[in-house]
Amino acid sequence: MTGDWPILSLVTFLPIVGCFFILLTRGDEATVARNSRYIALWTSVPTFLISLLIWVKFDPSTANFQMTESVEWIEGTNIGYRMGVDGISIFFVLLSTLLTPICILASWEAIENRVREYMIAFLILETMMVGMFCALDILVFYIFFEGVLIPMFIIIGVWGGARRVYASFKFFLYTLLGSVLMLVAILVMYFMAGTTDVVVLSKFTFPSNFQTWLWLAFFASFAVKVPMWPVHTWLPDAHVEAPTAGSVILAGVLLKMGGYGFLRFSIPMFPEASEFFSPLVFLLSVIAIIYTSLVALAQDDLKKLIAYSSVAHMGFVTIGIFTLNSQGLEGAIFQMLSHGIVSGALFLCVGVIYDRMHTREIAAYGGLVNRMPKYALVFMVFTMASVGLPATSGFVGEFLVLLGAFYYNTWLAVFATTGVVLGAAYMLYVYRRIIFGKLDKENLMSIKDLSYREIIVFAPLILLVFWMGVYPSPFLDVMSVSVENLITNFNVALNNSNVYLASH
Amino acid sequence: MYAAIVFLPLLGAVVAGLFGRIIGDRIAHLVTCGLMAASMLLGAICFYDVALQQNAQTIQLFTWIESGTLKAEWALKIDTLTAVMILVVTSVSTMVHVYSIGYMHHDPHNPRFFAYLSLFTFAMLMLVTADNLVQMFFGWEGVGLASYLLIGFWYHKPEANAAAIKAFLVNRVGDFGFALGIFGTYLLFDTIVLDEIFRSVSRFEGSELTFLWFSADALTVLTMLLFIGAMGKSAQLGLHTWLPDAMEGPTPVSALIHAATMVTAGVFMLARLSPMMEYAPDTLALVTFIGASTAIFAASVGLCQNDIKRVIAYSTCSQLGYMFFACGVSAYSAGIYHLLTHAFFKALLFLGAGSVIHAMSDEQDMRKMGGLRKRIPLTYWLMIVGTLALTGFPFLSGFYSKDLILEATFARDTGIGYYAFFIGIFVAGLTAFYSWRLIFMTFHGECRATKATQEKIHESPLVMTLPLIFLAVGALLSGKLGYEFFGGTSMDAFWGQALLILQDNKTIAAAHDVPLWVILLPTVMFVIGTFMAWYFYVQNPDIPNLIAQKFSAFYKFLFNKWYFDELYDFLFVQPAFRAGRALWKKGDGAVIDGFGPDGISETVRRLSGQAVRLQSGFLYHYAFAMMIGLIAFASWYIFGFGN
Repeated sequence: MTGDWPILSLVTFLPIVGCFFILLTRGDEATVARNSRYIALWTSVPTFLISLLIWVKFDPSTANFQMTESVEWIEGTNIGYRMGVDGISIFFVLLSTLLTPICILASWEAIENRVREYMIAFLILETMMVGMFCALDILVFYIFFEGVLIPMFIIIGVWGGARRVYASFKFFLYTLLGSVLMLVAILVMYFMAGTTDVVVLSKFTFPSNFQTWLWLAFFASFAVKVPMWPVHTWLPDAHVEAPTAGSVILAGVLLKMGGYGFLRFSIPMFPEASEFFSPLVFLLSVIAIIYTSLVALAQDDLKKLIAYSSVAHMGFVTIGIFTLNSQGLEGAIFQMLSHGIVSGALFLCVGVIYDRMHTREIAAYGGLVNRMPKYALVFMVFTMASVGLPATSGFVGEFLVLLGAFYYNTWLAVFATTGVVLGAAYMLYVYRRIIFGKLDKENLMSIKDLSYREIIVFAPLILLVFWMGVYPSPFLDVMSVSVENLITNFNVALNNSNVYLASH
Repeated sequence: MYAAIVFLPLLGAVVAGLFGRIIGDRIAHLVTCGLMAASMLLGAICFYDVALQQNAQTIQLFTWIESGTLKAEWALKIDTLTAVMILVVTSVSTMVHVYSIGYMHHDPHNPRFFAYLSLFTFAMLMLVTADNLVQMFFGWEGVGLASYLLIGFWYHKPEANAAAIKAFLVNRVGDFGFALGIFGTYLLFDTIVLDEIFRSVSRFEGSELTFLWFSADALTVLTMLLFIGAMGKSAQLGLHTWLPDAMEGPTPVSALIHAATMVTAGVFMLARLSPMMEYAPDTLALVTFIGASTAIFAASVGLCQNDIKRVIAYSTCSQLGYMFFACGVSAYSAGIYHLLTHAFFKALLFLGAGSVIHAMSDEQDMRKMGGLRKRIPLTYWLMIVGTLALTGFPFLSGFYSKDLILEATFARDTGIGYYAFFIGIFVAGLTAFYSWRLIFMTFHGECRATKATQEKIHESPLVMTLPLIFLAVGALLSGKLGYEFFGGTSMDAFWGQALLILQDNKTIAAAHDVPLWVILLPTVMFVIGTFMAWYFYVQNPDIPNLIAQKFSAFYKFLFNKWYFDELYDFLFVQPAFRAGRALWKKGDGAVIDGFGPDGISETVRRLSGQAVRLQSGFLYHYAFAMMIGLIAFASWYIFGFGN
């Protein structure tokens, strides 16, 4: 039965249905707000449950796209609405559908004005994210990819902090340049290959000199999203100004768009250019890891610190992707998933105390463990996951990436591994300043520990952190065939081009 | 069944940690101590079965990480080496658990404390039962976490928090090397499972590995990287700075983690990896050198510390040096032997010091103690047992293990071996000196405490002294009982496949043929050291101060721990913070944003501002501009286009 459902489209567009219901709510402001919250929750939870079916139905023994849908869009153009998942994209879909209900719950009390619009923005955001990870047509992908930014832009700009306009404007400036270049590249590819089908494009061999330019155009867009050094400075500002749930999605899913883009487009479509530019990627990634870790050490603003740590952690991801061996790639994907959960949870942790004290300044806290032991425990779990302690999800990804890096080049591994020491330094240092010590600040004396709602928000994330850390096989097994396939195709493509060069 | 040894403490940790506030102190005590005791009993059975009956086995649990050809299982490898470690860890841990019921009596966070202790024990057991390097790394970092949590247990103390972070970070530096070692091992062997590595290690003898800019013997590079991990965990010279600071934690923690078990993980690692180490003679030489240097460094600093716990901490550091150079001269079983005896007498000394501190209302400065012999006699006599065992009094445990190490080191018959041997002999004298100094300052002479403290001096309750008595029995007997297996005739049968020693490196066998003076010298040094301590601190208590004044530069150098902390602070800590701030303000702020988004928007605004000025609203401005335009256009038409 279920085999015939267009399950991917269902998961993608179900949130939009919720939006219509929210628009239909009537009554005074409080009623509308309450109904909007419940409708958003009861849309996103079933969406998540249905998305779990994708995992259940997924066959990990093949690298082909599964649950595919294809409808021609404009006749005779080979542009179509094509959807499908493989071992690389499936978990990003699940990550998006998991984080959305969590974000809605986390915003339950924090958002008080324009609740209806806020919830609509989040549901549209979910549609865009899921659609982007499922899209198998590069034009459809582009639409979703850019579409994600619009609700995010609005969430920061409307419900953000004091400097929200500056932040969303900076965010916009950075992404604009990359997006324009990517669109041009997509057009060029379309005119060369005659289709926008991702599957076909992945098999198409672009001429070497074109690969270089196309790769750079895509890189401009993806590098900003990751974000890689030096185009990362939008991230701390965006995070600082975004409302908590906005930060969760930003760190949890939006940053993964770049990494996913490399995996889905840059590497399979432009293998020679990927090989050629990998030293550049490694250099930028290593700089990102060391540079942003040091910057994180010096932060006074809690949210900014975690934002910088995201840049460092994503540095591991880009290293893993371009090592192009199974440990590196699987590690990179795993690290993205883990980072999605851990840094999302860390932003939720910031949100908890921000909601109570309305400040993100580290110096304003201290000794919270005295009043908030549960919170201290939760924060500790995610701190340890962030520093990559074994048996938490953070370790598996980091370890595999570094192993892959060592395989590739020992210099790379040594420099990247310093991030492990620095990461521990800034996380433990901030944890100490916020949680430990005497509780002697007047206004903290009556601060309350986690509420039931907050515990429900954190519980699934804690569970996932340990599950992925202790028994990651269900995740790694699903990716392995797709990853191996990616590596094989990459090597075949490189060999072909070398043979071609040799014979001429 | 043996899996229960490892997981019972975890169960205790979870119950006490998550439900501590519901079940209360009493039940938390019962649960954690009960499960620990059960684990200890099983550990004893395991020791009998595996070590004495030669039933080495591996218990597969389930797959952990599988990626490409990398396969790391959760599995428990139990052989003689593991069984010895299990015996040490579970028995000391159980004693510390019980002792803590009394010691932590006044603390409001009892369940949390016991949860941490049990969590630590679990991680330590995972470390020693690891069947592959990644699982060992799990245990390795797990004990690091527990150590961090326990050092910082009194979170209201800023020094405790700082010490906790320091311990974690310095260990992370070590783990950095360990991790790279694992990566390299996988690169070379294509597996990280210990048994598989050991099977194929001889095939890779002499193979080359390119690491960074140089190409060198692969096994040497790998073992050196792994050894960095061991240095961090076992506080060897260079990465030792965290251990003395770790004394900020509650004293039972110091006994369990920072004396008996966790800090010996490095020694365990060297013994466990003996099949790799044996093929890397350069690494063994380095291990010997570092071990011996640590032994003398720590002993020299221990001479002039006044904090009772710090003296014992430096003593631990120094004794770890002995264990390391034992491994360095391929006398692994002697290293493990000393690990075992040291676990008993050092835990005894620490817990005894805890009993003193408990009696003195949390005073740790020995200058404010003295004369406690009569007030807390049981503690006094137990500490005497511990001190005798540590200093190598004939026929107590330390005498056997330390002498075996020194004889094996002498028998190694290499330059580095003699370096370690003579340092070891000299340090034996220093050990006797600082250990008796501690006893004399604390228990003899006049009591120098305040009136209020003096009135409250009391002997510790039974729940604290019973574990001490148990450990004292261990300190008295473990040397004699163990000699047969660790250095005697049953040695080869006892260890089975657990250790590998190449034919040329059989130093323990050779240790039995050393000259008589080598055998007697440590005891002579013990006598000299003891006499000096007695002369300085009982007979003429003014001399130490005179010496300190006379050689004040040297004294300060020792007292300030060779200025390692200051050096590291200057070299690493301060620059990291300064660099962070500079990169943030200058790098991100001025350069990237300055030329990036802010610069662009500023430029756009400036240009548009200038464009605005053009719209002045005066007709003649516009007319003038039109004129200029017309002329320019006409000129271009005539001169440019015309051609």
